Amino acid sequence: MSDILAVAEHRRGDLRDVSFELVTAGRELADAADGDLHVAVIGGDVDGFADELNREGVDMVHTVSEGEEFNHDIYTQSVEALADEIDPELLVLPNTVNGLDYAPAVANALSLPLVTDAIDVEYGDEPAVTREMYGSKVETVVEVDADRVALTIRPGEWPPAEGTGDAEISQFDVDIDESAVRSTVTGYQEVGGGDVDITDADVLVSVGRGIEEEENIALVEALADTLGATLSSSRPIVDNGWLPKNRQVGQSGKVVTPDVYIAIGISGAVQHVAGMKGADTIVAINTDASAPIYDLADYGVADDLFDVVPALIEEFGGEPPAL
Amino acid sequence: MKVLVAVAEVADVEDEFEIDGLAIDEQYLNYDLNEWDDYAVEAGVQLQEAGEDVEVVSVTIGPERADETIRMALAKGVDRSIRVWDENLEGTEYLDSETKADVLAAVVEDEQPDLVLTGVQSDDTAFGATGVALAEEVGFEWAAVVNDLEYEPGNETASVHRELEGGVEEFTDVELPAVLTIQTGINEPRYASLRGIRQAQSKEIAPKTLDELGLDASVTDSDVSLTQLYEPETESDATLFEGSPDEEADQLADLLRDEGVEA
Ligand SMILES: Cc1cc2nc3c(=O)[nH]c(=O)nc-3n(C[C@H](O)[C@H](O)[C@H](O)COP(=O)(O)OP(=O)(O)OC[C@H]3O[C@@H](n4cnc5c(N)ncnc54)[C@H](O)[C@@H]3O)c2cc1C
Ligand SMILES: Nc1ncnc2c1ncn2[C@@H]1O[C@H](COP(=O)(O)O)[C@@H](O)[C@H]1O
Repeated sequence: MSDILAVAEHRRGDLRDVSFELVTAGRELADAADGDLHVAVIGGDVDGFADELNREGVDMVHTVSEGEEFNHDIYTQSVEALADEIDPELLVLPNTVNGLDYAPAVANALSLPLVTDAIDVEYGDEPAVTREMYGSKVETVVEVDADRVALTIRPGEWPPAEGTGDAEISQFDVDIDESAVRSTVTGYQEVGGGDVDITDADVLVSVGRGIEEEENIALVEALADTLGATLSSSRPIVDNGWLPKNRQVGQSGKVVTPDVYIAIGISGAVQHVAGMKGADTIVAINTDASAPIYDLADYGVADDLFDVVPALIEEFGGEPPAL
Repeated sequence: MKVLVAVAEVADVEDEFEIDGLAIDEQYLNYDLNEWDDYAVEAGVQLQEAGEDVEVVSVTIGPERADETIRMALAKGVDRSIRVWDENLEGTEYLDSETKADVLAAVVEDEQPDLVLTGVQSDDTAFGATGVALAEEVGFEWAAVVNDLEYEPGNETASVHRELEGGVEEFTDVELPAVLTIQTGINEPRYASLRGIRQAQSKEIAPKTLDELGLDASVTDSDVSLTQLYEPETESDATLFEGSPDEEADQLADLLRDEGVEA
């Protein structure tokens, strides 16, 4: 048998979207490998989760009733035990913050080669995984010459599985070694509140590292003012302390869906795109015409922002600041 | 106490580049300290400043070229450095996270640090896996994607925030010894001072081979091999405005007005 084991992810009572994408990816691989798709869910309301995960194509759901929320020590031990039992050819995990908090440990403990952040997987004689390098500038294919492999898949690359399956749901008991649980989750906090809610804006002027210096933020501020738009940014701008956290668009910031999103000096890294791909009209101002932001943009100007933005401010009757 | 910081030198690709076989042609690559590791170095140096007797050691797997990057870490306050390289590593086509973790594990065995700091990911390969794989390999506890660290040197537990998706942070207590993978924004990495740069010249960068670390050359054997590297077909169907900046701005303004944007 060449079975596939996918492990679902949930947080604070809800399965995360990537769980259903894992089912789709897992089913594709199970078909290619001519095996069964096993899905595991660990912690929280496992019975409720199991019902939800029982989508078309799932052969078996394993529930592990250990804890409420994610803890990597529990996950690592549980997935190891499940893998020992099921002996899957492919272990498919999410390339999320929590996925990356246990996948490398599980792979290492089981001596499985690990390929992270897969955006495509071909299953021939051996799995061939497509992943990006150099900030999406190139794609690579890596082949894994092993009988057993662990993969993490990028969220948003596979469609969510639909329908209702006829999976067998079975409880899986794990003998947790408590002495190996050496981390404790003590709470959660939402960050990035404050005066401005960028998720409300119709038009966002968004600034990235191309702005170079803190003083130059005045330029995009002036554009936002002139257009009556709201100012947002990519992560490095917030990391540098040039704008507050509530302005950050992306995976670890806010997900925005404005009518118009003007990305200025932003490359379009996957974690940024996660936060703005739903915008209606995307405009990019970026000197690098091959930057990944242009894969999404509807319109663009591949020129220097320090020339284009002042001219644009003037077009709308504003006055560019002296930098 | 001792803090070990894993510092990678990464390559940044120029806007225009060419591919040579399974790699980007060297002339289009510029090497620099990995962005995430700059924050890890700062976190280490802050612990050194906060405590008595805290030594901060950095470790890099990389060729001699990396010494320039390592000097930057030394100039920012790292006490001494280790650089692992030899002909086996040189000949390794695809240095995956498993191999890196195995090599770093040997350095951990040697140095016996209380805390290991890595970055969340390397900017070029973006495996995002080396730190956690290393922790498992050496039997340390760990936490991935740490954007806040509270730790008094000498204590048995560190309190961290893990930055989850969507602006949610998880608070976690982690028992030492531990590996923490550090996220950007956790602190404000300092610039090297002139004095720091001068001092860095006399600090040690100890070269080590796999053999010297007690590792067999087979540690570089990997089941994962790179078989293709290419520029992805552009999915772009963006309309690009052209001309002088004024002409570009003019067309862009028309478009924005069409989209309902009013001054
Ligand atoms: C776990 C994790 C979570 C993350 N979460 C987020 C997140 O929520 N949001 C986020 O944005 N990132 C996030 N990141 C970081 C992300 O990977 C990128 O590092 C970041 O998005 C890059 O920001 P940038 O595009 O501004 O900078 P860069 O990638 O450095 O791009 C700068 C761009 O500016 C262009 N440019 C330079 N000069 C000019 C000029 N004069 N005129 C015009 N263009 C110019 C360049 O061509 C380049 O494309 C996360 C990373 C990780 C690992
Ligand atoms: N060649 C290297 N030498 C030293 N540390 C490294 C090296 N490559 C990766 N690391 C460490 O592992 C982290 C994650 O890298 P990666 O798993 O390759 O994305 C980096 O931020 C570094 O701290």
